[in-house]
Amino acid sequence: MEQFFIIAGFLLLLLMLPVFYCVFRGPTAIDRIVGINVIGTKTTVLLIFIGTIFQRGDHGHSQVHMFVDFALAYALLNFIGSLVASRYIHKVRIRKSDEACTEKVGEDPHA
Amino acid sequence: MNLLVVTLIVLGLIFFFGGVVGLLRFPDFYTRMHAAGKADTLSTILILGGFIVYNFAEGGDAASWNVLVKIAFIALFIMLTSPTSTHALMQAGFESGIEPEIDDDESESTQEKKGRDS
Repeated sequence: MEQFFIIAGFLLLLLMLPVFYCVFRGPTAIDRIVGINVIGTKTTVLLIFIGTIFQRGDHGHSQVHMFVDFALAYALLNFIGSLVASRYIHKVRIRKSDEACTEKVGEDPHA
Repeated sequence: MNLLVVTLIVLGLIFFFGGVVGLLRFPDFYTRMHAAGKADTLSTILILGGFIVYNFAEGGDAASWNVLVKIAFIALFIMLTSPTSTHALMQAGFESGIEPEIDDDESESTQEKKGRDS
């Protein structure tokens, strides 16, 4: 069973590499943020894989609690991060369009 | 019980593979987001469900139940937050003016074909 978890975790890691390529390639900024969001969600799952693989560590200590707590914190941070990034891009775009509007209004009397 | 765990985790990996293929191959921002959002949420919930079943079959002591409830809470949390963040990113993309790719020629030709057929 442990070998199955190792193989499945490795496959998950391999499947995350094309998403990295997608982050690298993505034409717009939001494409990149979507890729980062997917990678973050999968990292949460990968942490639980690691915790389950290390379940019977040295001296019979169980480490899975620690890794599950890591995964919980990572899921929270990932959600907050993607929300903040989307709001930030939204505000930057709105500010740019506002500046464009005011420039047009300012130019009108001269014309 | 082990068979159920293997089935759930392999299904999750297959769905994640589909999501990655969609993310790489779809032509448009909105279609890519569709692939990423749906496949990501479903595969995460399936894999975490596999771990819940694994911990349920393993233990019976309090430590195993503790881990099980925490993993279930992570699955519930991701089920709530992943569509929310996808929606927020989609809205930000829509309002920053990303145009969907619509192939007008193809839709016209299909309409013509339909007209000819009828």
